[in-house]
Amino acid sequence: MIPGAFEYHRPESVGAAVKLLAELGEESRVIAGGHSLIPMMKLRMADLSHLIDLQKIDDLKGIRIEGGRITIGAMTTQHELITNAALQDAAPILREAALQIADPQVRYVGTLGGNVANGDPGNDMPGLMQCLDASFTLVGPDGERQVAARDFYEAAYFTARADEEILTAVSFDAPQGGYAYEKQKRKIGDYATAAAAVLIARDGDRCTAASIAMTNLADTPTYSAEAGAALVGSGLDDEAVKAAVTAALSAIEPAEDNRGPVEFKMHVAGVILRRAIDRAWSRA
Amino acid sequence: MNEMTPPKNERSAALKGLGTARKRVEDLRFTQGKGNYVDDIQQPGMLFGDFVRSPYAHARVKSINAEAALALPGVVAVLTAKDLEPLSLHWMPTLAGDKQMVLADGKVLFQGQEVAFVIAEDRYIAADAVELVEVDYEERPVLVDPMKAELPDAPVLREDIADTLEGAHGPRRHPNHIFTWEQGDKAATEAVIAEAPVVAEEMVYYHRTHPCPLETCGCVASMDKVNGKLTVWGTFQAPHVVRTVASLLSGIAEHNIRIISPDIGGGFGNKVGVYPGYVCSIVASIVTGKPVKWIEDRMENLMSTAFARDYWMKGKIAATADGKITGLWCHTTADHGAFDACADPTKFPAGFMNICTGSYDIPTAYLAVDGIYTNKAPGGVAYRCSFRVTEAAYFIERMIEVLAIKLGMDAAELRAKNFIRKDQFPYNSALGWEYDSGDYHTAWDKALKAVDYDGLRREQAERLEAFKRGETRKLMGIGLTHFTEIVGAGPVKNCDILGMGMFDSCEIRIHPTGSAIARLGTISQGQGHATTFAQILASETGIPADDITIEEGDTDTAPYGLGTYGSRSTPVAGAATALAGRKIRAKAQMIAAYLLEVHDNDIEWDVDRFVVKGAPERFKTMKEIAYAAYNQAIPGVEPGLEAVSYYDPPNMTYPFGAYICVLDIDVDTGEAEVRKFYALDDCGTRINPMIIEGQVHGGLTEALAIAMGQEIAYDEIGNVKTGTLMDFFLPTAWETPNYTTDYTETPSPHHPIGAKGVGESPNVGGVPCFSNAVNDAFRAFGLTHTQMPHDHWRIWKTAHDLGLHA
Repeated sequence: MIPGAFEYHRPESVGAAVKLLAELGEESRVIAGGHSLIPMMKLRMADLSHLIDLQKIDDLKGIRIEGGRITIGAMTTQHELITNAALQDAAPILREAALQIADPQVRYVGTLGGNVANGDPGNDMPGLMQCLDASFTLVGPDGERQVAARDFYEAAYFTARADEEILTAVSFDAPQGGYAYEKQKRKIGDYATAAAAVLIARDGDRCTAASIAMTNLADTPTYSAEAGAALVGSGLDDEAVKAAVTAALSAIEPAEDNRGPVEFKMHVAGVILRRAIDRAWSRA
Repeated sequence: MNEMTPPKNERSAALKGLGTARKRVEDLRFTQGKGNYVDDIQQPGMLFGDFVRSPYAHARVKSINAEAALALPGVVAVLTAKDLEPLSLHWMPTLAGDKQMVLADGKVLFQGQEVAFVIAEDRYIAADAVELVEVDYEERPVLVDPMKAELPDAPVLREDIADTLEGAHGPRRHPNHIFTWEQGDKAATEAVIAEAPVVAEEMVYYHRTHPCPLETCGCVASMDKVNGKLTVWGTFQAPHVVRTVASLLSGIAEHNIRIISPDIGGGFGNKVGVYPGYVCSIVASIVTGKPVKWIEDRMENLMSTAFARDYWMKGKIAATADGKITGLWCHTTADHGAFDACADPTKFPAGFMNICTGSYDIPTAYLAVDGIYTNKAPGGVAYRCSFRVTEAAYFIERMIEVLAIKLGMDAAELRAKNFIRKDQFPYNSALGWEYDSGDYHTAWDKALKAVDYDGLRREQAERLEAFKRGETRKLMGIGLTHFTEIVGAGPVKNCDILGMGMFDSCEIRIHPTGSAIARLGTISQGQGHATTFAQILASETGIPADDITIEEGDTDTAPYGLGTYGSRSTPVAGAATALAGRKIRAKAQMIAAYLLEVHDNDIEWDVDRFVVKGAPERFKTMKEIAYAAYNQAIPGVEPGLEAVSYYDPPNMTYPFGAYICVLDIDVDTGEAEVRKFYALDDCGTRINPMIIEGQVHGGLTEALAIAMGQEIAYDEIGNVKTGTLMDFFLPTAWETPNYTTDYTETPSPHHPIGAKGVGESPNVGGVPCFSNAVNDAFRAFGLTHTQMPHDHWRIWKTAHDLGLHA
């Protein structure tokens, strides 16, 4: 559990970080909270010559809410997501999800940007960001571009981010209606056995909009437009919910691991999603 | 002598002796981060060792090339079996009479096995160099399932002893077979079972798990070439045994070896054995002339140092139609991994598994245990239990439940019907033990009343109806356990480890000003010896516990003892402490009599002083006596006030307890939530209620871990699937339920103060209690038995197989 030797860099601006990343090339990586990267290095599964720490870059921190649009700097910690009162008002689902990530020690250091950028299928925020239809800001040598969370994830640890780019911010519209982030895990600190992010807007007895994404049930987060569509227009009767769950389950592809076999995961994914839909609807 | 003598109860309270909830004196340093663990030991010029380990479970080692590693600046040496062979240290004896490779000698037998030892100037360089050692392996077929060990196509694992027909524990019938151990009357038991009106059968598997102490195993070895003295600081639960073994192995005279166990952050059986890392560090220090540190990381700890359990226990239990048990039969297949590295008393290759008749008066019983080699890490240690006692308790407490189902009887009633009665003690069990004392019915009734057992059963029945009506998806399980342990090994006549008798010791010196130091042959790893042994002495000698220093773990100063494991410290070293205290008091009586100018027989002990009979105003306090012992010439009495006691216990002690667990199971997700846990322990005389409560809380939490998810799992080619704390379940405060503790007090008749030991009871009783609760939740749907660990998916699978998801 001791990593190989590496050089440590601590740039003070995004520009400097991007420049370093371009100069140092393939054997360099940026590091945010390090909760995924450092264990990989200690296991010597990641062999890097250079670590570029983003801690010192103030521009990457903070939560801005302007005209219903929420922008969160990549280096904002999970703890800050939990304790920010304005964010709690504007998008309480972030707090609900962040509280289910690991433990307080991890959340003091773990960041939103690191959680979404790494492409680890176990991370909770990617699925939530897909549910929110968030946009990721990427900055590279050629400037800045936006990539939708729903287009960002390609495979486990493979994303639309180019090697020389840094994910600097996450932005999304403040969600309307009810919400729920439901997660089954074996213990505190564990990745999800199954987790679901659900947003539901309602008008009277009818669902007017719904968004559903799931976590750690495939090698990428799984947003299912069909699942959300199955709820829209319904009063969330049994049939509609069943259709939504069926649609969401058709999008996942869980793998057997120590959490259990595929059959079990498919079953609990349905149970967890149903609970998330119920809770979101009750809050809508 | 003119002072006002405070009342007896005030003087007694001031001593903080037996029965006082005295705060742990150890906690000041631990809560301030000032413990001194092995990894805190620093020595000038210290080198660091790290292992090259096998990625394969079974392979030939064709060659090892260390050139690139040796070329790395800062690398001092790379040791392989070839380097150790001239010293005959490439293999070492295990505590179970087997031998174990120190470094791979031509082959590897489990994933994580030690192949080469890199020594470098810096811990980081050592880790880099490990990556550079090239090992050429040729993979061999892997044996993971012990049930397949003797099939015709099974690979032979231990080629070194393939033709040895006689092992350390009798005949071997196959190269992968280690021993067969039989206890009880086979013919009589089988006859009882053949004729019994009711027989319940089950295969009860106690899965492979692993102790998880705060500090992993490690040591710092320092050979001083000037004075020829070897000092080793290490994670040792039995420092004196390590010294003797080190002397026998290395040829260094025993007086030239000093073993020190500092704070070791928990042991739980993981630190009883001797590991290749210790041998390699010592050799490395001798070779380099410098101190060498080796500390495992967590993965190495989980993968290579001693595991616990892995017992396949096939049982048959016979009873009359109305539930009187008439016989118990058990055949156990014991998976020992690649080497038999259990830490059991020599004559007990399956430990005290023959306590498996439990708390019950079972007239006829038979036990056979077959030890088997597989391609897994060696061990078989007692993880927070006396030798194989948790396996035995789990087995009988599951068999009782299985029998209750067969009889259609309430399991609490079945237990009460079969308990050994109070008037039967001392009780001789069918498998050869003499239970010292017990009052099971009183404890059981108290427990059932405390939780309102009948009310719980009514609530469970209502829940079941609600479940069937579709109003809830949660089932309620009630887990019952009445366990009896056998601890305090043990009488030298039948208990030894590598020939060393399992007595223990205490040496006391009273200082002239009336304070004291006592040293013992045991070593605390969190048990709080510095607190409790001082309390024993306070009550025996009248010196306040706060004025007594307890010291353990340095073989240069402590008297010889066999260490701390198997709940033996209080039953054995605690007894030595009380008896040494009594020797002090006997001498003090002579001194007091002289000072008071009366005959010895004319004075009597009164809490903290000797008083002239019939003249309470004439007395000498222990403090006064201590001063006089050193500073006054007393005819016929040597100066000084010291005592040593070596205690060979006449019998084991038999703590017991009644535990009840209530949990709710979500049949859709497989999650189980413990809502209530009641633990009544009877550990005989209670030295410190606060420490007992802490021990019970800790042991129950480890039991929760084991029952609900903690395992060392292997895939079909012998890869460890649970080598990190992500997958190896270690509960946090969040997963830990609230516990209610309670007690009865049935002293041991043969122990000087009646104490029996408690540290391991909650693990022994807790595991079956949690497991019984899970099983009980599904009893109404026809479940007889489901195997541990009861993690989410296995509980879900049980519900699924019972059709509860239809």
